[in-house]
Amino acid sequence: MTTTDPSVNYLNHEKGLRSWLMTLDHKRLGLMYMWSTFVAMLLGGSFALALRLELFAPGQQIMSKDFYNHMFTLHGAVMIFLVIIPSIPAALGNFVLPIMLGAKDVAFPKLNRFSYHLYLTGAVFLIAAILTGGLDTGWTFYTPYSTSTDTSVIIAVMGAFILGFSSIFTGLNFIATIHKMRPPGMTWFRMPLLLWALYATSVIQILATPVLGIALLMLIVERVLGVGILDPALGGDPVLFQHLFWFYSHPAVYVMILPAMGVLSEMFAVYSRKQIFGYRYIAYSSISIAIVSFIVWGHHLYVSGQSTMVSVIFSAITFTVAIPSAIKVFNWIATMYKGSINLTTGMISALAVIWLFGIGGLTGLWMANLSTDMHLHDTYFVVSHFHFVMVGSALFSYLGAVHHWWPKMFGVMYDEGKGRLWTIMTFIGFNITFLPQFLLGTRGMPRRYFDYAPQFEFLNKVSTIGSMIVGLSIVMVFWNLLRSLKNGKKAPANPWGGVTLEWQCASPPSPHNFEDAPTVGDPYDMSQNRFVSDEEGYVPVTPSENDPYVYQVKVEEA
Amino acid sequence: MSSDHHDPLLAHHFDDMEQQFDTNKFGMWVFLLTEILFFSGLFVAYAVYRSNHSDVFEYASQYLNTNLGALNTIVLLLSSFTAAWAVRAAQLGQNGLVTKLLGVTVLCAFGFMAIKAEEYSHKYHEGLLWGGAEHSIFKVDTNTVDPAVAEHSEYWSEVKELPPEFRRQIGIFFGIYFCLTGLHGIHVIIGIIVILWLMRRNVRGDFSPQKYDAIDLGALYWHLVDLIWIYLFPLLYLIS
Repeated sequence: MTTTDPSVNYLNHEKGLRSWLMTLDHKRLGLMYMWSTFVAMLLGGSFALALRLELFAPGQQIMSKDFYNHMFTLHGAVMIFLVIIPSIPAALGNFVLPIMLGAKDVAFPKLNRFSYHLYLTGAVFLIAAILTGGLDTGWTFYTPYSTSTDTSVIIAVMGAFILGFSSIFTGLNFIATIHKMRPPGMTWFRMPLLLWALYATSVIQILATPVLGIALLMLIVERVLGVGILDPALGGDPVLFQHLFWFYSHPAVYVMILPAMGVLSEMFAVYSRKQIFGYRYIAYSSISIAIVSFIVWGHHLYVSGQSTMVSVIFSAITFTVAIPSAIKVFNWIATMYKGSINLTTGMISALAVIWLFGIGGLTGLWMANLSTDMHLHDTYFVVSHFHFVMVGSALFSYLGAVHHWWPKMFGVMYDEGKGRLWTIMTFIGFNITFLPQFLLGTRGMPRRYFDYAPQFEFLNKVSTIGSMIVGLSIVMVFWNLLRSLKNGKKAPANPWGGVTLEWQCASPPSPHNFEDAPTVGDPYDMSQNRFVSDEEGYVPVTPSENDPYVYQVKVEEA
Repeated sequence: MSSDHHDPLLAHHFDDMEQQFDTNKFGMWVFLLTEILFFSGLFVAYAVYRSNHSDVFEYASQYLNTNLGALNTIVLLLSSFTAAWAVRAAQLGQNGLVTKLLGVTVLCAFGFMAIKAEEYSHKYHEGLLWGGAEHSIFKVDTNTVDPAVAEHSEYWSEVKELPPEFRRQIGIFFGIYFCLTGLHGIHVIIGIIVILWLMRRNVRGDFSPQKYDAIDLGALYWHLVDLIWIYLFPLLYLIS
């Protein structure tokens, strides 16, 4: 514990599977979440490719109608509950949040470990559901179909329920950590913007996820005991389930996108070597998105028979989400203006997200609008829209973030050239996959069907080809990262010039994060460090160097 | 950030006992918030059906035993009082008293569950169940009611004369009643386990005026369980 040997770090100070599975170290838990999301992503991704292959041409190609229903359900359930929800909040959040804050760990390390164990348990349930009859309800588990189908609804719902509690406990931990564990000097407005985003995310996790929990529990009770609350045959109301479900699941969209936005704020500042533009506005916009996210769920129920007045109100509130979202995007663009831009893999992902989130966000307005949504509801337009947001924005940010913090996590540099190449290829493939789906949607192709009318064939073929490019490129992105573990160059403590606290500790960090107490300053004051070629990284500027003239000289020399 | 402290009561990632206590308590309050939202889905179901069918709810409420409900309210209030007192006793280092007070709390919790079991078994016996239950007398089609239940249920003669839609909605009332009180009952059982665990730790000598976080947090949880019942009792029993 008291070692100062620099070769001892959190990865190697204890060995063996048990030392990982039973660890209380937030960094190790973060890594395990990360590997778990990668495995789940490959699983959910292969479901997606199977779906696209089936849709390559009209009529039955490689799977039956029923199997197709199972596939799209499981693709959704795995990608949402096992990949995107835990991706940045649990995997990356666990790794960086305490270090960025300057704390030794999260507030409740045992609860944190319990969250991960719940995540694994939930994953086992989902996989058990796949093996014991599958699931064909769609990831939304809408009643009354979900109470009558004979697939493994109960096991899958229990899995989602358990994963929900994993998410709640992570959120609880982060909120308590940010409130109570900030070291002296770390005021709210000195917190990096990723922490603001994770805080806003955690608020959603603790307030919305329990409502999903009770909705799923009611569904189980409905199926097992026939209690009637959600069953129209017994006088119940299935739309109640939709309301409760979306009261969670709409905010859950922001559980996916808010931390991604936090990551982007970090990367745009660091890779532009510039003070973030509009720090407070970005911080407040995270909080306001979290608040507004709770009062827009009804826009999923425009066609479910809710009153027109209610739909109009939900529509109006939904439009307001555009304001804080746009504030963030404009601030990122302003941050890059006159910056010294470093086009790393992380930055390329971040730039890609501006394009993808721009499209995903703006097409959201079409569906917030009542009159257009009546036509677009349940078409491929919706499918494309939410893939642009959830995959294009959230998962691209996650991949960018993994590259950004990879040197910190493992102490090695990935191959930048290949990283750039395959990230750009993923981006191209993604656009080829999903842009045609907007056209398919506006032309009336409904979602969730395994077959389609012949006039949709060309665009579907294009989309399927795009999805193959994405599949291949993502595998190559992972391959490039994995290869660096074996033969990557040793990473310096601060390869990108970040000023947030995690760049002050070693790469990889020691078991207790910091050997010496870190100094807390402005998280985006890029003049606090300078590039040194010998180190191939950035080092802190000493006080005498802080003199503007000397600093300028040093920068030019470097 | 002092790197090495040797106080065994202080976890390594906290700076001092005060920070540790504050953090633990803060975490518990956040957890209680999630618990309230967990129950909220059922409260929403209650609100929706009651506003749509207030006459049904007022009528159906008479089937609940108000006396037993009131008795249970008193039992839980007493248990919350002893739980709060136990926290105070722990602050003062009166560990013997803590065990006794937690013991009373647990006895009250068992008493609550016993009374609840009595209510449930009566409901089951009389067929006062949700419409989907086999033994229910609130089926839309009166011919599908189990004749054995219909024969001995004292309410059947009255219920069978009700309009079918009205009867069906009473079934929903009982669905909500059993979900809400059942979920609350599960929380009482968890509370019993927590308090027994606290008693064991107290007897073992884990707690002192310097560190009694667990008792404080356990009592907070118990107050929430109590509080939810304080809402359930009037909403379900006292509306007729």
